Amino acid sequence: MNFKHKFVFLFPGLFVLIGILIFPIIFTIRLSLSGWNSYTPEMNFIGITNYIRLFTDDPRFWESFFRLSFLSVSTVILQYIIGFALALMVWKEIKFKRFFRVIFLIPMMTTPVIMTVIWRTFFHESLGPVNDLLGHIGIGPILWLSDPVIAKFTVIIVEVWQWTPFMFLLLLAGLLSLPKEPFLAAAIDGASPFRKFVYVTFPLMAPISIGAIIIRLIEASKIMDTVFVLTSGGPGTATETSSFYIYIKGLREFQMGYAATLSFTYLVIMIISLTIIAKVLTKLMIKE
Amino acid sequence: MEKLYTFLKYTFITLWTVFIVAPFLWAVSTSFKDFQSVNSKVTYIPWLDFEPTLEGWRVLVKSPARGGVDIVEPYFNSIFVTCTASLVSIVLGTLAAYALSRFTFKAGFIRNNDITFFFISQRIMPPIVLSIPFFIFLSTIGLLDSLLGLVVVYIVLLMPIAVWIMVDFFNRVPKELDETALIDGCNPYQAFYKVVLPNSIPGLIVAGMFCIIFGWIDFFFAFILTFTEVQLLPVKVVALNSSITPWWSLSASALISVAPLIIVAFVVERYLSKGNLSGALK
Repeated sequence: MNFKHKFVFLFPGLFVLIGILIFPIIFTIRLSLSGWNSYTPEMNFIGITNYIRLFTDDPRFWESFFRLSFLSVSTVILQYIIGFALALMVWKEIKFKRFFRVIFLIPMMTTPVIMTVIWRTFFHESLGPVNDLLGHIGIGPILWLSDPVIAKFTVIIVEVWQWTPFMFLLLLAGLLSLPKEPFLAAAIDGASPFRKFVYVTFPLMAPISIGAIIIRLIEASKIMDTVFVLTSGGPGTATETSSFYIYIKGLREFQMGYAATLSFTYLVIMIISLTIIAKVLTKLMIKE
Repeated sequence: MEKLYTFLKYTFITLWTVFIVAPFLWAVSTSFKDFQSVNSKVTYIPWLDFEPTLEGWRVLVKSPARGGVDIVEPYFNSIFVTCTASLVSIVLGTLAAYALSRFTFKAGFIRNNDITFFFISQRIMPPIVLSIPFFIFLSTIGLLDSLLGLVVVYIVLLMPIAVWIMVDFFNRVPKELDETALIDGCNPYQAFYKVVLPNSIPGLIVAGMFCIIFGWIDFFFAFILTFTEVQLLPVKVVALNSSITPWWSLSASALISVAPLIIVAFVVERYLSKGNLSGALK
């Protein structure tokens, strides 16, 4: 095929994306080498001072990063288990199959911040239904939003509610596209449902699972909307994730230079760790 | 054994359904409450527990000057930004995806996969990383606090999704299709437009729906990059949340904001059951 045509197809999209992104990325890197803050709002050059500060004198960032890792990994694991279970359950014929499929998809169509506004009233410690109903069966008021440990789990509950459907969708689409022959062979061999899952379904689903987990990890690492509305990072810094910490430094305290340093470092860590996770998962789930 | 499994299955499905529906039921109930029934004790069922009022819903269409919330304008802003950005992303993303699926690119160490990865990797960037430079970028070109500025930013959010879905989809459309068209005397553009595109409608619909979902649910960019001139729906609702909160109008506005996309769930399910999605989403 003619050589030039392929560029006509590719370039509009590629250049629009690069055109929009090139400035922000270069700007972030340059900004990270400056001391731009509310006292000196200018693009001066202070070398790697900001990076030294980050690596030697900012435990709060690293705490927020580990908190983020905990939150995103645990929500994605839960979403994978529940999503896979749900997908298996509505994969074959069951009663009201299509009704359940629609129900299971609905949360991902709703705006996270807006649903979190509802969740906040839902988990309200004195006026919300959860504590009220638990009170009726004698379980004392649980501090869903003001206890540093429980607040993390509240965030996890909301995230699982919001994003399990996405996992469910990817895995169900995968299940529906599997070839029929291996299942027929297993049925002829008289394999039990459990063995069928371990030896046929799960291995066949491994590549799709990896794809789904990586996509969800990428999205989960950006967790921000939920925290922003539900707890504002609190109580204290108990639910503060990296994004939220960068937001506080950059747009509340106006330490733009330092926030850019955090952003850039965070981005590099994310790209490296997601690549490693993808490699490890591939090794674990696909056994030759 | 079989019976136990069936029992567990339906128990799990029922519990999960209750969990999914619970916040919606709570919001519907709350939207008909008044001050008394929210703040005295927790109430659930209208007429039985409390006397329902329409106040929460009426506030939504009143102008702010008369004590209302007025979410009509943010509603249309959200629709406009989401649809425009989705459309641009789908057009550009589909073209790029077609190129990446059909032709070989080589520049130094860069191959097709690297270009595809470049597109998709834009999703890794947390909104906060981009929001500060975007803020300065948009104010430099005078698009801060405008609908057009948001459309530009949303293209970055949505085009990776379109490319991701369409590359996979085109890889499944047999190559013979375009080759036959070329032999029949079409030029590459006609082959794409007249033969490949009509065969890619399920993929386009899925990609379109995903763009619309992820455009509609974004909050952070709209929150940082707009102030007074332009407001999008999520920002408006969250702003309500931070003022002294009347739960009834909050619930009503939340419900009306999430309602339109619930239709998308039905469309997705339809394509899933017809088997078109399994090809498009893998």
